[in-house]
Amino acid sequence: MTQSVVVQVGQCGNQIGCRFWDLALREHAAVNKKGIYDEALSSFFRNVDTRNGGGDADIHKGKIFSLKARALLIDMEEGVVNEILQGPLRDVFDSKQLITDVSGSGNNWAVGHKLYGYQYREHIVEKLRRTAEHCDCLQCFFVIHSMGGGTGSGLGTFVLNVLEDEFPEVYRFVTSVYPSGEDDVITSPYNSVLAMKELNEHADCVLPIENESLFSIVSKIHQMTSSGKLGSTVKQNSLLTSSAGSIKTEQEKPFDAMNNIVANLLLNLTRLDQMFSDAFSKDHQLIQADPKHSLYLACALLVRGNVQVSDLRRNIERLKPSLHFVSWNQEGWKTGLCSVPPVGHSHSLLALANNTCVKPTFTELKDRFMKLYKKKAHLHHYLRVDGMEQSCFSEAISSLSDLIEEYNQLDATKSAPGTYPSRLKIAM
Amino acid sequence: MSIVTVQLGQCGNQIGYEVFNAICNDFHSTHGLCSKKENESYQEACKERFFSEEKTGVPVARAVLVDMEPKVISQTLSIAARSGHWRYDHQSHFCQKQGSGNNWANGYSVHGPRYRDVIMNLVQKEAEKCDRLSGFFTVMSMAGGTGSGMGAFVTQCLRDAFPTSFILNQVIWPYGTGEVIVQNYNSVLTLSHLYQSADALLVHENDAIHKICAQLMNIKKISFRDVNQVIAHQLGSVFQPTYSSEGASQYSRSPLGDLMESLVPHPEFKMLGLRNIPQMSENSLTYSTFTWPGLIKHLRQMLIANAKMEEGIDWQVRPPLPGHPVPPKASPNKALHFNTSIANLVVLRGKDVQSVDLGGFRDPALYTSWLNPQEAFKIWKTPRAFNKYEKSASLVSNSQFLLKLMDNIVGKAWNMFASKAYVHQYTKFGIEEEDFLDCFTTLEQAQTGVGPFVPLKMSY
Repeated sequence: MTQSVVVQVGQCGNQIGCRFWDLALREHAAVNKKGIYDEALSSFFRNVDTRNGGGDADIHKGKIFSLKARALLIDMEEGVVNEILQGPLRDVFDSKQLITDVSGSGNNWAVGHKLYGYQYREHIVEKLRRTAEHCDCLQCFFVIHSMGGGTGSGLGTFVLNVLEDEFPEVYRFVTSVYPSGEDDVITSPYNSVLAMKELNEHADCVLPIENESLFSIVSKIHQMTSSGKLGSTVKQNSLLTSSAGSIKTEQEKPFDAMNNIVANLLLNLTRLDQMFSDAFSKDHQLIQADPKHSLYLACALLVRGNVQVSDLRRNIERLKPSLHFVSWNQEGWKTGLCSVPPVGHSHSLLALANNTCVKPTFTELKDRFMKLYKKKAHLHHYLRVDGMEQSCFSEAISSLSDLIEEYNQLDATKSAPGTYPSRLKIAM
Repeated sequence: MSIVTVQLGQCGNQIGYEVFNAICNDFHSTHGLCSKKENESYQEACKERFFSEEKTGVPVARAVLVDMEPKVISQTLSIAARSGHWRYDHQSHFCQKQGSGNNWANGYSVHGPRYRDVIMNLVQKEAEKCDRLSGFFTVMSMAGGTGSGMGAFVTQCLRDAFPTSFILNQVIWPYGTGEVIVQNYNSVLTLSHLYQSADALLVHENDAIHKICAQLMNIKKISFRDVNQVIAHQLGSVFQPTYSSEGASQYSRSPLGDLMESLVPHPEFKMLGLRNIPQMSENSLTYSTFTWPGLIKHLRQMLIANAKMEEGIDWQVRPPLPGHPVPPKASPNKALHFNTSIANLVVLRGKDVQSVDLGGFRDPALYTSWLNPQEAFKIWKTPRAFNKYEKSASLVSNSQFLLKLMDNIVGKAWNMFASKAYVHQYTKFGIEEEDFLDCFTTLEQAQTGVGPFVPLKMSY
């Protein structure tokens, strides 16, 4: 079995990460009755004997002593991380896995990326190496952060660069929370666009999430179930937990730039087939998007619980006619089955789609960026940071424009009839 | 003579387990419907073929299990051991941690060469356990990374190390609506390579077996286990012991050799299809009776109309009239519907097999003009009933329609290749665009071939 390491950066990243670890422990507790440290646990947790003080050696088999998350917690303010360390999960992390500072990044990407990046690079590399050394077979880094602030956005993308330099063979999956239109951080468009350029170049796969979508899903759930036990954070954890199992999602990225994946998690609140239908409806996406009316490059369906291959096949065949797939990938489906259901549910479905419906999110972001940039609003806050130049901005917006243009070109093929290339002719 | 099975990848290992399980269940069956002597002969032959003797008395499957992930192999080893009736040799497996990521290049160019020696050592050990080795039976899927890529590599190694043994590859054709995004690439790469090293490819399609489960077996929520059990039944119905010639007094010692000899007269045409009749749920079985004429009539029509099961057969399809060979251009529709065969093998098991009339299969109209029907059609039989079916008939055929199946996949793969999608995932591991082109060429050649078939019209 392979291992994954979670790198949570900034306030948002750490809050989400914390909920993830909580859920992961609960999931394992629900199935691992005998308290044996097994392959499944080892994918996200180390087993350490903390009794003897000195040793930090991993115990690979047998009973669970003390589970330690394979994680790195980074924040330039102490508040959130301190809260985690005082909370119920304090034993899951140790001080060697933290990088903190006191003053924060002031919602400034340049401060996070250039200033703190430079300052903490050595630390970051050292701690990453350590976590990697504790892994038998490290397959993937999960980076969790937000795009609109300073630390998650700036330092988070800096860490992404470091991951690529130091561990080029290990996949980099990034969960990014995008700011909504009414974000109270004025400079969030700057931070997001600057971060997007980094994601484009250094991430293997990006799962964008918008708070607006999370809010509407949560209120829907509140309507459906009177108990408020399913909070917004549970969605995100489950998303991460589920996508953690999908180590084969490399197929979701046919072209390097098209690495933005629309994620959609359905818990069993409805009938099985309804669950599949919902997965493709715009009301259930984790960003404001409508995949049904846009173009799919590829789609992965990962089901958990008592769902069999016939359920999957039946639903794919049922939904396929109403979905548009790019001409060269008409059967672009990746399917996976896991018989263990998520905690508290009998089945669940995770649909990951590489779909052009992410485009509006990006065009809106670009518009908000341009509104500020045209007036050069707040630019001086960024440019006074060492290493930050105007060209960083122009390159970032240009990268975003190029990306939007690529999606445009793909969309254009949607209405055009497929012209199939002629086959090889064999001379007789 | 013995067969060594090599189970490759998740699919290969899961199916391999079901095959040995089905064979073992059949071995212990008390519904043999034959004399005690006959039954003992059958069991003797079955054991020699598939199992080796152990001191504990529990038969050990002649198999090597290979996978790049540990999960499936460990499950397979333990389920088998728990049965109490048979088990695997727990030394005879090899696995790694990371898997192949559904990437053929990773399986073929990275894992294959890296672990070649270890795996071939395991195979050598199994081969040495056999008094006489008939050949190898590999089980793999085409859509993934390990079974397909590493499977292709291992098959090549088998060919190099055992040049005089027969190699039969059981390949699983993925669902048409897509289960792995790059399944068409992986399939094209696999088929083109296997074409060069295997003696024959025995094909099972997920779609067809799925339909059998739904319509014949009446299973509501079909799981992969159900699918695999149907495949196992079909394979068992061919490879369990039989008498392969009239008047033979001993069970055939060389099943793979016999199979190749009758069905693969030309190296360009080595894809074989399998049909089995009747097929139904165990509950229905107790209430059903069949006649041989009925079974044979259905089986024949299944062949010529390319039906994969005994329901929904198109009875309108007829072989062309004698003296009027299928016109290549005049009526393309007719040409596409009628399934011409190069060669066929019928396997009969159970009650009254001696009296079965197989004249319908000797009709020259079924075959190409290459071979005369005496050469093109063979029969294996045994009075010993298989797997609780009082009468069971299987047909292994080398016929036209598998080429059409392949054409379909080649077309889709070519379409994707033209836009270069996902190709970087393969070049990363050493499979270049030229390698893809070579594989496409090999398969296009196999399509047009020098063969006797009406050229298939490739249209979308």
